[in-house]
Amino acid sequence: MTTAATPRESPPRPGTATDRLQRLLALVPYVVSRNVVGLADTAAAFGVTERQLVDDLNMLWCVELRSPDPYCPIDLSYEGGEIVVSQAESIDRPLRLGVDEASALLIALRMLAEVPGMEERSALSRTIAKLETAAGAAAAASAQVAVQVDDTAALGVLAEMKDALARRRRIHLSYYVPGRDEATERDVDPMRLLVVEGRTYLEGWCLRAESVRLFRLDRVIAISVLDTAASVPGDAQHVDTDQGLFRPSADDVHVLLELSARGRWVAEYYPCEETEELGEGRLRVSLRTPDTRWVRRLALRLGEDGQVIAPAALAAQIREDAAAALAQYT
Amino acid sequence: MSRRKTERLLSLVVCLLSAGRFLTATQIRAAVPGYPDTFDAFKRMFERDKDELRELGIPLETGTNSPGDEEAGYRISRQAYMLPEIRLEPDEAAMLGLAARVWHRAELEGAAAGALLKLRAAGIDAEETTQPGIEPRLQADEAAFGALWEAVRDGRPVTFAYRAAGRSSLQQRRLEPWGVVNRHGRWYVAGQDLDRADVRVFRLSRIDGPVAFAGPPGTVTVPPGTDVRETVRDWDTDPPALRTAVVRIRRGTGHGLRQHASACRPDPAGAGWDLAELPFSDVGWFADHIASFGADVIALDPADLREAVMGRLKGVLA
Repeated sequence: MTTAATPRESPPRPGTATDRLQRLLALVPYVVSRNVVGLADTAAAFGVTERQLVDDLNMLWCVELRSPDPYCPIDLSYEGGEIVVSQAESIDRPLRLGVDEASALLIALRMLAEVPGMEERSALSRTIAKLETAAGAAAAASAQVAVQVDDTAALGVLAEMKDALARRRRIHLSYYVPGRDEATERDVDPMRLLVVEGRTYLEGWCLRAESVRLFRLDRVIAISVLDTAASVPGDAQHVDTDQGLFRPSADDVHVLLELSARGRWVAEYYPCEETEELGEGRLRVSLRTPDTRWVRRLALRLGEDGQVIAPAALAAQIREDAAAALAQYT
Repeated sequence: MSRRKTERLLSLVVCLLSAGRFLTATQIRAAVPGYPDTFDAFKRMFERDKDELRELGIPLETGTNSPGDEEAGYRISRQAYMLPEIRLEPDEAAMLGLAARVWHRAELEGAAAGALLKLRAAGIDAEETTQPGIEPRLQADEAAFGALWEAVRDGRPVTFAYRAAGRSSLQQRRLEPWGVVNRHGRWYVAGQDLDRADVRVFRLSRIDGPVAFAGPPGTVTVPPGTDVRETVRDWDTDPPALRTAVVRIRRGTGHGLRQHASACRPDPAGAGWDLAELPFSDVGWFADHIASFGADVIALDPADLREAVMGRLKGVLA
């Protein structure tokens, strides 16, 4: 959102010497703890080719210390595609977890434990306890990061959706769309539940839109599970949540908006394609949307703190909206 | 070169782990192949190697075997090195896989993958398989997250340029960070503001430019009993509604408002309209909200709210 990004240490490139060292130090205990493992399975588990894995194994086997007397501390074989480590006492256990590593898992596990309707709570709390013990001092910092998951979604709605998912049933939703201030009625074939950015969504095939849609659970006004079997088309694609929930498409309208310092929050709430600082806190943003009704509402909300520059027709429509609303006050 | 370096570092780790005692630099040089011939060149390379091992989290200690030894040596204590025994049931291991996926393409993704690698090496079968049911994801793409996480982790004060809500200018702030919290999908940092001498909460997306460390590690003390989640929640929670507005809502519209109405009845003054009573606290925010409904919602009372809504609408036409 802002122009300058915080420089951070570049992520370790795969293939650096220390990366490979980490893999080698994990490889020996991986085999030792399983007694014997297949080359193919192990290569898959470490995300390397079998050829790379064999090279790793050779490197381990070749370790030689020269003093006081020369000796080879690691002995292993991979004949017939099966790896066996017969000697490697010094590195037969994995290195303990670092602070970042322990924290990444603990923060995520604690977040999962908050997800409404999560049935695996018992497994989660046991996992958290065991991981905290194993991580020791490295676990402490994770308490300083917390992710709250909204529990505003009615548990009744969630229960109905889980029931529909389990029994593969179509549902009927009465669903509020705030951008258009509309309560909509639609039949949906549920695909999965998602928790993104702290909110719970149902992903499903919307029969009205004839496409995959996300429905925020706290915007469901009413739900009923129908007696009809759900039939999601075979070519229906999951929403790729990694790029954010809103993605532009070719049919979108390109909207250019100028914001005052008071109106800058818009750039935080809506996915803007480009932002340009205009000085004194003013900002010019561009965004794309398939439906401009919410932009009209946004412009009325912003008043003098936001102005639609383009498209001209939309700007004119917004002025008409404002004039019509003002007429009600005279 | 990279291959020879890996071989050398591996030999060094194995050598120091298996020795079970402190080894002097000379002893290490004699035992570990791959170091240069001259002692100075060896020393330089050995210094770099030590740093790299420590960066990986390998506990490389310095000390002597007996008080009489003149030269300090190096060792890796097996106890400090190894991950303690951990056994997980299949349902627990499944949770680990799900947890690692939470960070998919987000800041701590690499750390989560590293942790999973070590746990797999400890004999746990934690697969990152897709599970039916709920798929949680965490976005941590704010540029400031990485530096603030490091600051919180290491107990370091920070400084950054911040644009407070509605302010036209940036302010340089100095903060002793206590914790980072995600609420409603947004990241916040809470801590002691060194200039205001009070607890403050900052939204990461309003930090402009880099976050710089403003002190050495270990210099921030989080007051005992601090709950950063609570700090952020208190800061973020709307003040209680103290006033009541009367608005006209065109029938079939204003669903977002009707949900919060304390009373709603047909408007005797006009067919097709309802009269609703709505609790509110902040006139400015509530006027914005009502203005967004355009000609479908009209503020009647109180007068300051009505004026504010008209002000927004006139602002559009200005």
